[in-house]
Amino acid sequence: MKKDEVPQDGNNMHNGVVKQLFYAVDDSGKYTQVPSVGWEPENIAMAQAWEDVNEKVEKARQRVLAGETSPIAYYMEKQLMNVSLLARYVGKFQWQVKRHMKPAVFNRLSERMLHRYAAAFKISVQELKQVK
Amino acid sequence: MSEIQFNHVQTAHCESGVISNLFRHYGLSISEPMAFGIGAGIFFGHLPFLKVHGVPGTTYRIWPGAIFQRVCKRLGASMQWQRFSSPEKAMQELDNVIGRGIPVGVLSSVYYLPYFPPSYRFHFNAHNLVIYGKHEGNYLVSDPVMDTVTEIDPVSLAAARFAKGFPEPKGKMYYPLQVPQSVSWEKPIRQGIDQACHYMLKIPFSPFGVKGIRFLAKRLAHYPEKVGERRSVLYLGNIIRMQEEIGTGGAGFRFIYAAFLQEAAELLNNRELARLSQELTRIGDLWRNFAFNAGRVCKNRAVNNVSYHELSEMLMQCAAAEEIFFKELSRVKI
Repeated sequence: MKKDEVPQDGNNMHNGVVKQLFYAVDDSGKYTQVPSVGWEPENIAMAQAWEDVNEKVEKARQRVLAGETSPIAYYMEKQLMNVSLLARYVGKFQWQVKRHMKPAVFNRLSERMLHRYAAAFKISVQELKQVK
Repeated sequence: MSEIQFNHVQTAHCESGVISNLFRHYGLSISEPMAFGIGAGIFFGHLPFLKVHGVPGTTYRIWPGAIFQRVCKRLGASMQWQRFSSPEKAMQELDNVIGRGIPVGVLSSVYYLPYFPPSYRFHFNAHNLVIYGKHEGNYLVSDPVMDTVTEIDPVSLAAARFAKGFPEPKGKMYYPLQVPQSVSWEKPIRQGIDQACHYMLKIPFSPFGVKGIRFLAKRLAHYPEKVGERRSVLYLGNIIRMQEEIGTGGAGFRFIYAAFLQEAAELLNNRELARLSQELTRIGDLWRNFAFNAGRVCKNRAVNNVSYHELSEMLMQCAAAEEIFFKELSRVKI
């Protein structure tokens, strides 16, 4: 890649705070570092990855509102976690976390367990109990 | 607390960047590409069974931590590595060490670093940064991929150091105990190149090295019929991101490695290395071309098997070019 070929396709992904460094060759063929505000293919890939995340979050939210699953499932998606990662955070087995996703089981969870989930999601117990 | 004068330089990749910044602090000047090359950071791997957010993993570099260990070993630097059982102990020890005026490297999860733009905050647990002091309760951070130094609050830092998942940082921190003031570059460069060639050519399993590129190419051709249009696009998007995201220097670390070969060529006065540096730049451009076309497929979301076959063909070309390149590199006399 030549120095003047380093792409500068800005979008809001970098929020203007992070400039990515690329290695590119100058006219004499010597490598230098060139800052870039982004490149279109990567921006597209990044945007669609977030689209996928947002879709999953919305789907989980609908299921919570319909009473099919507990808020744990919603916050798990929101924090980009999966069952195995969440289980590591709350110190439980995966089957236990899956069980806690049943609304009936969730409603009977101890205060201590709710605190652990809230801490894993970095929210309050109050927020954990309600999904808007 | 005494202020540590830490000279922050932005780099493309966090691990080789921290090596470069930390060693410079101790008087050994080593560029980022040099650290990356001596640590044999260039690699390829495609791991369909190791899924990240439901998408098969692809990597263009060696596993996290390997570059650091190899550079230290080859240059004869000794480091203090520490892991902790609890965040309290980890933060206490960090305070002690920076209190002694020593900048400290820490392993962290990108997800909990508040100074990163939200769109880049995924659960990636192997990000390296340097803590070099404290200011009004906040820690002073030199994060190699940021263009300036920044600050982080203790709560976020503790969360980032004790993120769960794979790999688990467990509060890992490190600082040099002894860094050589001058080194002879010849042997470390040769060892780094030998190792990189070995990893790219000789691993007898299909997901790794040049074989791995062909392995990915074959699987990619069948994405649309195997996983459907929607997931194919996500799979493809992940390959692009691993190749071009912050930290790669462009073309999945190929340009950083080419910069290393160029620097090595000048240092050792070796014309063959200079020629191979140019060759790798050309291969990097092949990778960029692949990413550009893959990006278009993602954008159009066309159910079009032909485009996936074309992309697969491009990867096959990258594989063929890299095979020749690494074979020639392994034969260079240093």
